[in-house]
Parts: sequence; structure tokens; C-alpha cells
Amino acid sequence: MSEEVWNKRTPEQVGKREHEVFEKTLLPYVDAAYNLARWLTRSEHDAEDIVQESFLRAMRSFGTFIPGRDARAWLLAIVRNCCRTWLKRKGFDKPLNELDESVPATELWSDPEAVVIDNMNSQLIRRAVEELPLEYREVLILRELEELSYKEIAQILEIPLGTVMSRLSRSRRELHGRLCNVIQEGRK
Amino acid sequence: MNCDLIHDSLDAYFDRELDVLAARDFERHLNHCDACRVTFEHYRNRQRTVRAQLPYFQAPEGLVYKIRAQLRPGERHRDTPGTIAWRAWGVAASLVICLAFGALLFRSAVRSSTTQLLAEQVVSCHIRSLMANHLVDVPSSDQHTVKPWFNGKLDFAPTIKDLSSEGFSLIGGRLDYLDDHPVAALVYKRRQHPINLFLWPSSDSDSKPSALVIRGYHVVHGIQLHVACWAVSDLNSDELKRFVQDFEN
Repeated sequence: MSEEVWNKRTPEQVGKREHEVFEKTLLPYVDAAYNLARWLTRSEHDAEDIVQESFLRAMRSFGTFIPGRDARAWLLAIVRNCCRTWLKRKGFDKPLNELDESVPATELWSDPEAVVIDNMNSQLIRRAVEELPLEYREVLILRELEELSYKEIAQILEIPLGTVMSRLSRSRRELHGRLCNVIQEGRK
Repeated sequence: MNCDLIHDSLDAYFDRELDVLAARDFERHLNHCDACRVTFEHYRNRQRTVRAQLPYFQAPEGLVYKIRAQLRPGERHRDTPGTIAWRAWGVAASLVICLAFGALLFRSAVRSSTTQLLAEQVVSCHIRSLMANHLVDVPSSDQHTVKPWFNGKLDFAPTIKDLSSEGFSLIGGRLDYLDDHPVAALVYKRRQHPINLFLWPSSDSDSKPSALVIRGYHVVHGIQLHVACWAVSDLNSDELKRFVQDFEN
């Protein structure tokens, strides 16, 4: 649905019954929406604003939601789009082609450092994830924290299934490589 | 499945996204290739660590309220916890006001319902006095005969007035029972309409005469100098009111 059509309906124009269905369908996923927005914006305050904005948008386009479909994935797609708009406005948007997606680095998995990483504290892992490029971060959060299927992730990110697979794989390896670097720097 | 393919399929296998056949091939290869098995072990351990250590950010407490509030702009009863505290004071205050009004309403409701009940009794007494041909115990048009007759029969001395000049002739007096005590019943007559006037002491404050109609009979009642005064008759309401006013003055 286009932005123009979205904006045609204000909350006042939505009937009471539809309000109830909407709240029942989507309010259970406030945490999921906030978590994604929080990871993508890295800001508590902005995440809150974005979640509110996302729910407004979701309300406007609720007519396009097919009952029985995964409401969480539907909402998260809206949250993700809101985050992207927000990041673009703030000048944080970096296109993926700046990333080096050609590094295979499969050998990393057999690196003995992996055992050390197992014992790293969550602060280091959290910071490493926050510093990942947006494209890597979003696919990681959707998979590791929301545990969405590749298919659902593909729908949310609007990319082919194969790209989800390869991007997720690269994200994990990138994260792994960064964690290894943190450990090595810590030893120096 | 060779070792390169295993490396490419690590994520999909771990995420259970491989189809059944590919997953079986993957496992079969791990059983035969020690290097790939070690690689997968490392991969799996680290993945589990990352998942376990990644914080899941819970939405702040007030966020759901904010969302609800913006989705239902017309409704004011759902809001942030902060305004709920203020609202609670508002609710408490309005509750107090409601209770106060409620008490007043209740009192007046009780009063009006007791008035209604009493009026029913008054009308019944009036009808009974007419049916049983027992209108008066002391038939006299002389107030000085009627008044002493009540001595020893009541716990108060009723005022009895001669209202013949106003067109209400005294017929006599009778003892009756109303509102749980013996009362003085004075009988007057205007043209062919008998009037029963019931008098008894009341603890309520004085009130001006007010009229009501019960089963076609007019009833006018008031309280003066702590004496309840109920007049009932088939006489019209205006004349009955004038009667009570004349009697009280």
C-alpha cells in the first residue's frame, strides 16, 4: 500500500471493533517492535518514538493485513521501514555495497579463538553487534532474537531467500571476526 | 556432500532451514569428516553463546499506554502511568462528590418514599373512616368540646380551629393510628366533601404544605411547629391547600 493511501485514514476514522481487533492482534508484539527498533537505532528514546510511529502506520494499513498471517513479522516489517526512514533522516544510512561481502572466512569457525569467545561477556557481544553495519544487524536480530524463519526474514527485508541465507552467514562471520579482534586487542 | 558444501550449509543446518535430504547428507558427512565435525562444534558453541548473551530489549512500561492513547485519541481513560496517578486523584475527588450527592439523593429518595407510604396510609384511614361510618368519635362543631376529648388519649394537645368563616365547618374529632402512633383526626366539611385532618407530633423541621394525589384523593401535608399536618379529601386540590393554610395560620 502506498504512503498516500496510508495517510488517508486517521485513528479517529477507524471503527471501535477494528480498534479492538487491531490491539488484540498487534499489541502483544510491542516488545518485539521495541527490541528491533532499539537494536537498529541504538537509542532508547528514538526506539520508543519509532514504535509509536510504527503502530500508527500499522493502524492505517491494517486493512492490508491478512488475518491468520504472522502479525509479528508484518509489524516488524513496518518497524524496520520506520527505522530506515529515521536513519536516513539522521544521515546514518550506509548502503550495503560499502561492505565487503566477498570475505569467505569460513576457516574462522575452526579457529581456536572460538572457544575463548564462548566465555565472553554479554557487554562485548552487545557492543560488537551494535557496531555491525545495519544490514548485518537487522538480519541477526530477526534470526537470533526473534527466531524468525528465513522466509519471514525475506519478507520483512524484501530480499530473496538466498540473500537472507548468505547475508545471515556473512553477518555471523563478521561478528565472529570482530569478537576475535576484541580478544586479541585485549591481550596486547 | 563435500567439505566446501558443509561450510556453506552451516548456518542453514543450524537454523533447521535445510530440507530433510540435505540435512541427512550434512549429518552423514559430519559422521565421516573429523575436521568438519570440529568446525561445526565450534560454530554451534559460539552461536549458542551469542544467542544466550544478546540482550532482548523489553519495551518500557509506559509504551503500551502511549500507543493505546495515540490509537484512541477520543478516549481518555487509558494513558501513561504518570497521568493515571493524577487521574486517580480525579476519580477519588469525583467519587467523594458522587457519594455526597448520592447521600443527598438517597435521603431525599427515602424521604419521598416514606412520604408516599405515609400518604397511602392517610388515604386508607380517610377511606376507612368513610366506609365504616365511623367518621367521628366526638361529633361536635365546637372546638372547645372536641379539644378536651383528646385529653388522655394523645401524647400532645392538638390545635383545633374554627374555620366556619372560611367555609370549612367542623364535624368532630376521632382517634386514629398513623405512622406508628396515635393521631388526632379532625373532621371538617366543605359543601358535601368531608376532610380528614390528621395531626401528630413530628421531630422533622417545618415544611410548607405540598400536595399529592393518591387514588383520586387529594392529600396536602406540611409540618408546622413540629406538628405534622395531613389533610385528605375528595375536595379539589386548591381548596384543600387553602384549608391547610387557613388551619396553620
